[in-house]
Amino acid sequence: MPEILASVLDGLLIGLVYGLAAIGLTLIFGVMDVVNLAHGAVIALGMFTVYLLYKAGIHPYIGLLPVAVIGFLFGVLIYLIAVKRILDGPPLMTLLATFAVSMIITGAGTAIWSTSPYNINFPVTTLNILGYTVTSARLIAAIAAVLVTVFLYIFLYRTTLGKAVRAVANNREAAELMGIPSQQILAVSFGIGTALAMLSGALIATLFPFTILSGGIYELKSFVASVLGGLGNPTGALFGGIILGLIEGSVAPFIEVSWTNVIEFVIFVLILLFFPTGLFGGRR
Amino acid sequence: MKRIWLLAMLFAAFAWAESGTITIGFTVSKTGKYNVESVNQLHGIELWQKWINDQGGIPVGGKKYKVALKYYDDESKSDRVQQLYSRLISQDKVDFLISPYSSGLTAKAAIISEQYGKVMVATGAASDSIFKLGYQNVYQIYTPASRYLTGTIDMIRAADANLKKLAIVYEDSKFAKAVATAAKGYAKEKGFEVVLFEGYPSGTTDFGPIINKIKASGAEALVGGGHYADGATFARQLYEQQAPLKLVALLVAPASDEFAELGDAAVGVVAPSQWEPLVKYKPTCGPTPAEFTEMYQKAYGKVPAYRAAGGFAAGLVLQRAMMDAGSIDPAKVRKALDAMDITIFFGRIKFSADPATHGLQLGHEMVQIQWQKKDGKLTKQIVWPLDAKTADLIYPAR
Repeated sequence: MPEILASVLDGLLIGLVYGLAAIGLTLIFGVMDVVNLAHGAVIALGMFTVYLLYKAGIHPYIGLLPVAVIGFLFGVLIYLIAVKRILDGPPLMTLLATFAVSMIITGAGTAIWSTSPYNINFPVTTLNILGYTVTSARLIAAIAAVLVTVFLYIFLYRTTLGKAVRAVANNREAAELMGIPSQQILAVSFGIGTALAMLSGALIATLFPFTILSGGIYELKSFVASVLGGLGNPTGALFGGIILGLIEGSVAPFIEVSWTNVIEFVIFVLILLFFPTGLFGGRR
Repeated sequence: MKRIWLLAMLFAAFAWAESGTITIGFTVSKTGKYNVESVNQLHGIELWQKWINDQGGIPVGGKKYKVALKYYDDESKSDRVQQLYSRLISQDKVDFLISPYSSGLTAKAAIISEQYGKVMVATGAASDSIFKLGYQNVYQIYTPASRYLTGTIDMIRAADANLKKLAIVYEDSKFAKAVATAAKGYAKEKGFEVVLFEGYPSGTTDFGPIINKIKASGAEALVGGGHYADGATFARQLYEQQAPLKLVALLVAPASDEFAELGDAAVGVVAPSQWEPLVKYKPTCGPTPAEFTEMYQKAYGKVPAYRAAGGFAAGLVLQRAMMDAGSIDPAKVRKALDAMDITIFFGRIKFSADPATHGLQLGHEMVQIQWQKKDGKLTKQIVWPLDAKTADLIYPAR
């Protein structure tokens, strides 16, 4: 029994990080109806950014701050160059544009770093919580994911800019009529979404080795978590991530780990069968 | 004057006839998950090429053939391997083949070499199954998977007669699965209870769920692993999550020098190795282990890993077969390989000539290494077999 609890605890902690990645994806979709296919590539970029900062002597946890700033600026850049002009075109256009961004990042990354695995080797301590062994890195990654989510909520619900983001997400035309500069808000939203993706990548990089292609699997998990939680709903995405992590953790003791993905997606399909708009409903 | 010209021309023609070039083709995983291992192997092959060309080439039937290499990046992908080996044979017209790194990729390359009837020396591939398909052109340098962990299990038994519970956790790859399955049977024969026998997907980065299972199974020792990236991560997380194991033996990863980067997580970890620089083989052909190590260090600035040695050995075996055959005719070279029984710096090399297991390595044996800390420095020691050891096994390792 304690072994199962250990697996569940591991799943919960990693699920929070999945959740953070999913919030980045769902925020962009919620605000501007863009399915960001560059999400995985951006996650991988977050991994490499924190790695390079670490190589430059910055502790990975302190490195999270510059990663967030770089992520935000990079997101704004992607928006201005690749998304802005085609935002009102057919949905396929933004899909292809973000896919192109993904290919550019992955291609450049492969050329620079090859596809070999990289590792952030910083000392990790082990904690004993009620008899379960948890590494400090996992615990800190989960706490960081929660903190970032809390800040995001304070931003969205307590600041004027955050309220403007929500207004644009609700009804862009009405928001514009109220004098909200929607173009700036959209750029900010894309920036935040990208920053969240890069942050989650940076946190994952403190736990596991990674390659420039590692983003793919987390992009998939983000999609699943977002859909589980209801597309466009950031809280839902966080819980979607937690559910995903819990499924991974709790099925592992009973089946061969190679089957985890199968079970995960079967449960995903089942949930959608009964909750077509996700467990927590669509946007807000 | 005319006579001198004639003489010069005659001499030039003679020199032309006296030398030729043999082109050897293969693919290298310059990118992808086999990157570290495969590039090591390439370095070994390139060192052999330089070594033999510095001696004027391979002496075959009175002529000397220079060696040229032709290779492409297979990206660690099997579909690329199939395309590229076809290309090597039909477009680049190479004379002989060396395999890519890993059993999975070699299995694909073997299909092509067999289709075209090209002799291929397989290094970096320890799977048995490739050699049970009746192929007539593929020859294995490594100790096959079925004998990969048997020495490790003997060693654990010798160190602790009371140890019962063994976990076998392996990468779901052709090679690791074959090794693990053979090890399971052998462990049972030796009186172990295999409490956990499970694969993990290639590319796994989170070993948390598996480590929890290992803890739950009550295993006292663990053998398994797969290739470099997963093995290094596995070892690191086993250490971080304080799995209570008396001994951890993993395939491939700990045998690399890069494994030392794990620091304390590397201490005590055991690995079967195809070859180590300290081995004391007395070769009947080619350089001694010490000479090879020195050459490699001079060329690449570091101690060769066994995959590099395997690369050099593949070239050396091909060279020896051509010399024995006195010809570069594929049929004659094949015959020489079938009859070969030599000791080189890499160990004994003898191939199965039995049609059912043709090309399977019969002569070569594994050594066991353990990472030990001496004066605060991590070093790789040979701990098994006992007559080859450079240090005693530290047991329990943690």
